[in-house]
Amino acid sequence: MLLLENVRKSYREPNGEPLPILDIEHFRLDAGEQTVLRGRSGCGKTTLLNCISGLTTVDHGRIVIKDRDIARLPEVTRDRFRARHIGFVFQTFNLLPAFTAFENVLLGMTFTGQKTDASRARRLLDEVGLCHRMGHKPAALSVGEQQRVAVARALANQPSLLLADEPTANVDPAHQQQVIDLLRGACEQEKVAMLLVTHAPEVSDQFARVEYLEKVNRVLPSPNSPAL
Amino acid sequence: MTFWKIAWRNMQQRALASSLTGFSMALGVALMILVIVIHEVTVQQFSSDAQGYHLIVGGSKGGDVQLVMNTVFHIGNPLYPIPYSYYKEFVDGNYAPFTKVAIPYCIGDSFHANGWRFRVVATTPDLFDKISYGANDDGSDKQYRFQSGRNIQTDHFFEAVVGSVAAKKSGLKVGDTFQPTHGMSAAGNKHVEFEIVGVLSPTGTANDRAVFVNIEGFYLLDGHALPAENRDATQAQQQEPDPIDPNRGRLPLPEQQREVTSILVLCNNDLGMMSLDQAINKGKDRTAIAVKPGYLVQDMLDKVIGPVRLVLLVLTILIVIVAGISILVSIYNSMSERSHDIAVMRALGASRTAVMGIILAESILLSLLGGLVGVLLGHACLAIASPYVMAHAGITLRFWQFNWYESLLIPGLVVFASLVGFLPALTAYRTDVGRSLGAGR
Ligand SMILES: Nc1ncnc2c1ncn2[C@@H]1O[C@H](COP(=O)(O)OP(=O)(O)OP(=O)(O)O)[C@@H](O)[C@H]1O
Ligand SMILES: [Mg+2]
Repeated sequence: MLLLENVRKSYREPNGEPLPILDIEHFRLDAGEQTVLRGRSGCGKTTLLNCISGLTTVDHGRIVIKDRDIARLPEVTRDRFRARHIGFVFQTFNLLPAFTAFENVLLGMTFTGQKTDASRARRLLDEVGLCHRMGHKPAALSVGEQQRVAVARALANQPSLLLADEPTANVDPAHQQQVIDLLRGACEQEKVAMLLVTHAPEVSDQFARVEYLEKVNRVLPSPNSPAL
Repeated sequence: MTFWKIAWRNMQQRALASSLTGFSMALGVALMILVIVIHEVTVQQFSSDAQGYHLIVGGSKGGDVQLVMNTVFHIGNPLYPIPYSYYKEFVDGNYAPFTKVAIPYCIGDSFHANGWRFRVVATTPDLFDKISYGANDDGSDKQYRFQSGRNIQTDHFFEAVVGSVAAKKSGLKVGDTFQPTHGMSAAGNKHVEFEIVGVLSPTGTANDRAVFVNIEGFYLLDGHALPAENRDATQAQQQEPDPIDPNRGRLPLPEQQREVTSILVLCNNDLGMMSLDQAINKGKDRTAIAVKPGYLVQDMLDKVIGPVRLVLLVLTILIVIVAGISILVSIYNSMSERSHDIAVMRALGASRTAVMGIILAESILLSLLGGLVGVLLGHACLAIASPYVMAHAGITLRFWQFNWYESLLIPGLVVFASLVGFLPALTAYRTDVGRSLGAGR
């Protein structure tokens, strides 16, 4: 389902020197597979997710999702592909503050080029237990509730891959498990592959597969970055 | 969700900034509309004042502008009179074949009431019976009407008719009498009384501000008659006043003692007008000139009001541009706080052009809504001002009538808003998604 081959990504230092972040020879994720990605801060987890989603371009290599090498797609096509096949949940501020919870889910359907499905949006919010808060704007929701809306939105277009970047880092421990269960349950139900970044061992312990980016990545972490 | 809806939500999110910038656009557009409509009305006003006849004939000494100012607008320095015999040429003389109606004017007296001064125009009833004061939109003539009373009767020498604005300001109504003052100052000698027999309906012309008296009565007032060759004849006429005689025992002034200051001439046709123009202005007798008031008024408008309007229009356009820039600044300033939202939308699959379009849509919405409010505001101002202007200037402001310029406003504003929104939209286009997502909000 997801296959990375010889993916290299580097940023530029202020003085123009290349700053290598990622060099991954091989990484794959099967359809419906749920995997945790761990690694010390600054090792490139977020960068990797952005490369997979096509938000950031890679310098080299192939990123194949559903048999399409998205690294080679023109940007507009890649955007459309992302809209249809990839769901996102970030650490914070997933939701757009100007829109209600319901509209935020609809917004997730807006850029696919297909009609938005209001009844599906309602059903998804119902499934994350927020049908009674649909008309509320994010400011009126707790962080945990916001993350649940984000989960509903990430699943809006029945994606093949869900990328979750520390989705519970800002949620209190009591609700952390709720969000994780929600993610896992929903991905299982909709047969969505999930790549979840987390620093919390109690989260990663629940997953059958846990990848440490340092092991996959051939770029050596800079010596002054703190070990995790 | 459409881009418009997304843009609209973004505007709501920043309601105060959005409404303030939208309002500045509204003010600019309202001012623009006021300038356009007021100019339009003024031009219509001035050009319609000189309608209903083809030529104004008057003494050549004062010049054409003075002649038109006095005769049409009731303003300006007094005119130099021409002999009555000149007028008779239009009635039964050499010019008669080209003439449909000729109306003599004697201008020079005034009437003072409530601190206002009104011009007294001595003329014949033909002014209100035989000519119109312009054309309606459907092409039919606008005929003078009386809101009360009736027209002057030729053989009732001391009858008068008052224009609508003059009536309102002076308080004169049918049945009242008034004394015209010789000359233009309030201190001039008072003449004998005239009786108001009619009040004109508003015409929107300068005639609303004048008082019209029977020219026959005017001639009989002190100082209006030329010295008579045969003094006995005039004396004899006054000997036996009859109490019920509306003319107080007076007989008409002999024609050789009469003068007129100007003559309104309605010609038979264009050929007649050209012939008269030729005969009066190019003939041997140069005592009088014939002026086509429409041309002269148009010329004055072009030279005087045209540049003023241009300056005002440029100023209002500048105001609209400033309002546009305030929209630009407002959206542009919000771009940094929006960069995270833009990054989220990009993560949801929005393309660069899509986020750019959303920002452009916001700029267009703000400008258009502001513009729309401005159009309504402008017309509302006109609506509020219209009774006041009507009462004081006799000008009918047609505030509900939308000018064709205003239909240009919509595409104009869309183009302008796109230009204005381009800079922030470009920022949206260029947003570095990776960095903005990491940055949080
Ligand atoms: N746009 C950028 N330009 C230059 N350097 C960048 C840019 N984005 C990220 N980096 C650098 O790339 C490295 C990897 O960043 P990344 O955000 O992927 O780390 P991470 O593993 O997600 O860390 P964390 O666990 O703290 O979220 C960091 O050293 C970061 O400073
Ligand atoms: Mg990260």
